[in-house]
Amino acid sequence: MKNKFSLQKQHQKEALMGYAFIAPQMLGFLFFIMIPLISIFVYSIHTKNLLFGTNIWCGMDNYKALFYDSVFLKTIKNTIFFSLGVVPINLICSLFLAFYLCNNYKENKYLKTIVFLPVVTSGVAWAIVFKYILQGGTDGPLNYFLSLIGIQGPNWLHDTHTAMISVIITRVIKNLGTNVLIFSGAILNLPNSLIEAATLDGAKGIKLFTKIKLPLLMPSILMVMMVTVIGSMRVFDTIKLMTDGGPEGSTMVIVYYIYHQAFKMFNTGYASSISVILFSSVLVLTIIQWSLRKRLSYYEN
Amino acid sequence: MKINNKLHLTKRTLIIVILTILFVYPFWWMLVNSLNNANEIFGKPSILPRSWVFYNYVEIFKIQPFGRHYANTLLVAFVGTLGNIIFSSMSGYSFAKLKFPGRNLLFIVLLTALMMPIEVIIIPLYSQMMELNLSDSLIPLMLIPIFCAQGAFSSFMFRQHFITIPNELEEAAKLDGLSAFGIFKTIMLPISTPIIAAAGILAFLSIWNMYLEPLVFINSLNNFTLPLSLANFNDSYGLPQWQYQLAATSLSIIPIMGVYLIFQEKITDAMVGSGMK
Repeated sequence: MKNKFSLQKQHQKEALMGYAFIAPQMLGFLFFIMIPLISIFVYSIHTKNLLFGTNIWCGMDNYKALFYDSVFLKTIKNTIFFSLGVVPINLICSLFLAFYLCNNYKENKYLKTIVFLPVVTSGVAWAIVFKYILQGGTDGPLNYFLSLIGIQGPNWLHDTHTAMISVIITRVIKNLGTNVLIFSGAILNLPNSLIEAATLDGAKGIKLFTKIKLPLLMPSILMVMMVTVIGSMRVFDTIKLMTDGGPEGSTMVIVYYIYHQAFKMFNTGYASSISVILFSSVLVLTIIQWSLRKRLSYYEN
Repeated sequence: MKINNKLHLTKRTLIIVILTILFVYPFWWMLVNSLNNANEIFGKPSILPRSWVFYNYVEIFKIQPFGRHYANTLLVAFVGTLGNIIFSSMSGYSFAKLKFPGRNLLFIVLLTALMMPIEVIIIPLYSQMMELNLSDSLIPLMLIPIFCAQGAFSSFMFRQHFITIPNELEEAAKLDGLSAFGIFKTIMLPISTPIIAAAGILAFLSIWNMYLEPLVFINSLNNFTLPLSLANFNDSYGLPQWQYQLAATSLSIIPIMGVYLIFQEKITDAMVGSGMK
């Protein structure tokens, strides 16, 4: 009886310690995640201006206004265009490189090292350098090299037709390394027995790739795709530093618009309604990603 | 056969050249032109600097308090990383090893922070910090990586790690009369150095590179961090002062590159792991 009592006491003590250990992190979570998350929903149904201190309840007015805000609609279109550009280019290039790097060439260690260099570099530094490289006329190195083979390069960042594609390419090169290494890992983990069996059955080259390797890699590809989509939707530094949303708003993306409305125009309430839209999209994508993750581990087991 | 071999070698060389141009040349171009005069930057690119103007690297400290900005960034990165490791190793340990009601639920709640983009919550964070009179200071920049997504991610890493450690180790320590905190400090932390290093590297890099947060929180020049400082090398017309901007950018990149080249495997492993979270 006495023993049982002391055991219970021990459990209580352990539980107390448990709470004490998570307390700082959870309090931080409350203050830095939970309260702000509730706040954006509350802000979004108010006409709130940080500069003038106005704060008037306005129901769904902010959301209704979004539908008539041509800049916002353009922002959504641009963000989707940006993601549609980044994701396929990134996936195709990183898959190709990952397969290439699985060969046992002696230069591959060097190649692995350099594809990861931009990943550890800050987005700001990378954007600054590419802003120079993409200068118009024959000023920038890219256009200079193009002029050597007789092509007159456009003013990449100041032309509405090329600004977005320039930003997309800059971003793809910056982030390619992570996906290359993730895919390399996945390729190395492919079940050898299956591939050997397929080879014995006469599958090789392109057929082995499309019928055996690619389907086996599909779960990882889908996972990486979701992570890349979410990352693309959150793009900000590249845009802010290279084009500042221009020319003529052709590179204005959703986070840039949140920043612009909240911290340049001080329309806090309106900006929060855009944040709610961004949050909902990321939430949906994350739920898809997590369910894919579950299926992936199902395959792994 | 011989032709085939030659073709193969050409293909390999071509790939080396293309990848070097894409991934190394931008950095090389930056370094070369950080040692040029402004009028030598554009036009025909050179392999080596034309006039070796090392003075550019002195001038950047005079134009704006670049040294101060560098120190600010180091301070924020140091405190942020340390706080991140301390609190997340504690919570990770507790979620893995200590039994208390609501443990799994609370852990799942914490994991929702992983998917919370800072861009979504930056507006209320700003007004909260303003109410606390902390908005134009380095403190929010230190707290965000401790408690937002990066903190939750470290906590997740630590939990996954501690779960793999056999309970017998703790049982033995308990018999020796060690308290839960004693076990954590003298047994659990010392055997976790690889995870501490991995989580620390990730936190440090993410802090070193953060841009939106300082852009929103910091107003006064003295509190700038490196990313803000780099974007701020403009003349009175708002045009960039190229050679200085490139010199400052080089100075901000070089230490990170050095660390990367030394601890390459550790860093890529940690980052690839985080990509699959």
